[in-house]
Amino acid sequence: MKPPVPQEYDQWLEQLQTVDFVLTELQLYLDTHPSDPQALQQFRAWTERRRLIAGQFEAQFGPLEATGGARSLHHWDWVESPWPWQV
Amino acid sequence: MWIYQKKLQYPVRVSQCNPRLAKYLIEQYGGADGELAAALRYLNQRYTIPDRIIGLLTDIGTEEFGHLEMIATMVYKLTKDATLEQLRDAGLGEHAADHGPALFYHNAAGVPFTATYIQAKGDPITDLYEDIAAEEKARATYQWLIDMSDDPDLNDALRFLREREVIHSQRFREAVEILKQEQQQKHFF
Ligand SMILES: [Fe+2]
Repeated sequence: MKPPVPQEYDQWLEQLQTVDFVLTELQLYLDTHPSDPQALQQFRAWTERRRLIAGQFEAQFGPLEATGGARSLHHWDWVESPWPWQV
Repeated sequence: MWIYQKKLQYPVRVSQCNPRLAKYLIEQYGGADGELAAALRYLNQRYTIPDRIIGLLTDIGTEEFGHLEMIATMVYKLTKDATLEQLRDAGLGEHAADHGPALFYHNAAGVPFTATYIQAKGDPITDLYEDIAAEEKARATYQWLIDMSDDPDLNDALRFLREREVIHSQRFREAVEILKQEQQQKHFF
């Protein structure tokens, strides 16, 4: 049996989805406005925020990408953490 | 290439098991103006669009795959606890006879996905107008689905997807203006 998903999972996930949403919006905007210095600055700041939140998320709930699956040398975490449609 | 991230773009919640709603939602999975058609349309047009627009087609096409995963999650959550009898009563009997509980790329009426849903003309402005129209059609479909749905949790995610179509349409309109400006500049030389 899989361990139940911890209660804080939803909150952390929504934080991550929020920063990623800002980044997606900025990314599409920059695709058609590639020389907007304000948007570039925002993108940089939110990328840093994303790095911190994603790091904390992964430390608690497992890797977001398969490249982060070998943090433990005993077990491949990638196959364990819940898949998006299961939570 | 693409790298998978183990999360949805936006939370998908459903209030209760509702296979009837799932039957309607599958329109945006394997239908003419659905997310699969959108992703395939934009990513295929990249090879012949002017360089200045390739980034936009790549990023919107990629986001559409994230939307496809959200629709699949909706269908999965609305049907996972349904019995075969409930699927049948919801009009999914024909689907279940072929696919059981599995998802499949067809529209709400059961017509399988076909490449004829998408276009590629190799004429940049023509292709971008096609893309703007596709986004507006997807937005209209989401509106019909929201109007037919009585699930407030599901509607939250459907509204998110509807708004994304508005943004995509807007960005494609900007791309048309960029190409028009580029063409005008060429005439001066
Ligand atoms: Fe779209």
